[in-house]
Amino acid sequence: MEQNPYIPITMKLVKNMCETEDKLINTFTLAFLNKEDEENFKYMPGQFAELSAYGQGEAPFGIATSPTEPGIIKFSVAKVGCVSNALHLMEEGTMVGVRGPMGNYYPMEEFKGKNIVIIGGGFAFTTLRSMAVYMLDEKHRADYGDITVIYGARNPGLLLYKEELAEWAENPNINLVTTIDKPCDGWCQRVGFIPTITEQVAPSSVNTYAVVCGPPAMIKYTLPVLEKLGFPPERIYTSLEMRMKCGLGICGRCNIGPKYVCKDGPVFSMAQLKELPNEY
Amino acid sequence: MKISKEKFGQAFDALAADYQIIAPVSEAGGVNYLAVKSFSEVKQDYLNSKLPPKSFLFPQHEKLLTYKKEGKDVTVKTELQVEKSVLFGIRPCDAKAMLLLDKVFKNDEYRDPYYYERRDNSVVIGQACNKISPSCFCSSMGISPASSEGSDIFLIDLGDSYQVEVITEKGKALMAGLQELSELSADEQALVDTIKSAQTSSKVDVATITAKLDKMFDSPFWDSLHEKCLSCNACTFSCPTCHCFDISEEVHKNEGSRVRTWDGCMAPLFTLHGSGHNPRDKKKARWRQRMMHKFNYFVHNNGDIACVGCGRCIKSCPVNLDIRQVIDGVNNAELVVD
Repeated sequence: MEQNPYIPITMKLVKNMCETEDKLINTFTLAFLNKEDEENFKYMPGQFAELSAYGQGEAPFGIATSPTEPGIIKFSVAKVGCVSNALHLMEEGTMVGVRGPMGNYYPMEEFKGKNIVIIGGGFAFTTLRSMAVYMLDEKHRADYGDITVIYGARNPGLLLYKEELAEWAENPNINLVTTIDKPCDGWCQRVGFIPTITEQVAPSSVNTYAVVCGPPAMIKYTLPVLEKLGFPPERIYTSLEMRMKCGLGICGRCNIGPKYVCKDGPVFSMAQLKELPNEY
Repeated sequence: MKISKEKFGQAFDALAADYQIIAPVSEAGGVNYLAVKSFSEVKQDYLNSKLPPKSFLFPQHEKLLTYKKEGKDVTVKTELQVEKSVLFGIRPCDAKAMLLLDKVFKNDEYRDPYYYERRDNSVVIGQACNKISPSCFCSSMGISPASSEGSDIFLIDLGDSYQVEVITEKGKALMAGLQELSELSADEQALVDTIKSAQTSSKVDVATITAKLDKMFDSPFWDSLHEKCLSCNACTFSCPTCHCFDISEEVHKNEGSRVRTWDGCMAPLFTLHGSGHNPRDKKKARWRQRMMHKFNYFVHNNGDIACVGCGRCIKSCPVNLDIRQVIDGVNNAELVVD
């Protein structure tokens, strides 16, 4: 019989790590059980997968790893419902289900030869991390111009991937700017909201694409800044979240107008979103 | 050509040995499509079934997989068993609705095997409506009470016999054993002509509704339409083209199944995010979604309006929200000029 898109592959939870000091976000590292599963799971930065905690159900999460990191995939997940809570509580070594990869991805081909500014807020940094790691990979780095990452959180303890951020801070191939909302002891990076910091540090919009993910308020106030800096809507990308079940464009709940976020998205340019009703 | 109901019934009963036959059956509360073993169980004279036959292709509740957890390990099994089936007595509206569902359960990337295994292994025997329900408006939706679109074999009830039209190769194969066909009498031909020319008495105009709705997302038209709606989803469950579903788990100790169940856009929880945000938390947004999906989004995605004029949502609505009047309302709404 044809491949059944409702049946997850089984993967092993090899690491279940608390990512943020508020204990809300854990990063799950899942290992493929065999080469065949891994070969069939060809993904690109920006795609997501439906993660199953058997006994609770499944839910969609953006893939935080890059396809340049073989053998595993990672998800950084906020504890908000039954499935995410079950995953947070899961003992390492437990088998989980994964359906995917699903959805479209950041237009890495279109980005070639361009400068990229990645703007992320809070825990909406997962697929942005995937994209940054993808571009930093030695096979891909030469394809892209300057890479700037502007990443902020309410306080330092809420930033994801702290060790990796420390490496990026030393890496000449990427320009990392981190910021927190209010000053605190021991923080010697920037202080201020993302829109303000973006205005201060964003690269020229000439030959540059912006990719923005974060809480709705952050996006709302960052877009006018990008517009002021000269980014046209065609060169601003974002990734949307929606309640999803099938992930296949069938079950009918994640639409914005005629587009299904699961299948036509989750990645949209601002130009595309302007054509859709404001219902997300 | 025609066949007597006696001969047809014999062939029907013989078919039941090799096929699961789904046919209209009279049960408490109305007529519904159920599995039958004999032609004598089939309800002949009724307006339309209470629920559409979509549940045969897309059951209200079905297992997608089962699993068993042992310690940290899990074993997953697919649940998909399909019998060769005949869908008998399918009304033109419902046959057309299946063609629309075909477009939903397959897209450029995925094909839903649960739906399509059943679809591919079934033959549709359609039947004209000799009587038309007051809530029917299929004539306005490019269908008629006697249109054979979507049927493999199409029957017109002539009283003691059926007029038989073989529409597709699939139908032809099923009809191969049926030898005793005869010509229609002049009276019977006149009856066929009458049935074929019948139209629903209630009509709507959908000629420009898709283009109109393109400009109506922000219209004040939606502000009050929904007020009496109870968000009960009776309209979506009784709709032959509604296809939204939920996926959840049924668990007993360390074993369970992942099941899909009908869901609907009228329910407030349908679009609730884990964060608590809900893009369609208001009835206004949900009614707009229902109308937009059927008369605009579906047309943009699949080239057809996702309403077949069966009138079931009109009959099942507990507060008499009549989709025909909503269509009229859209047609008459003034566009907001900005």
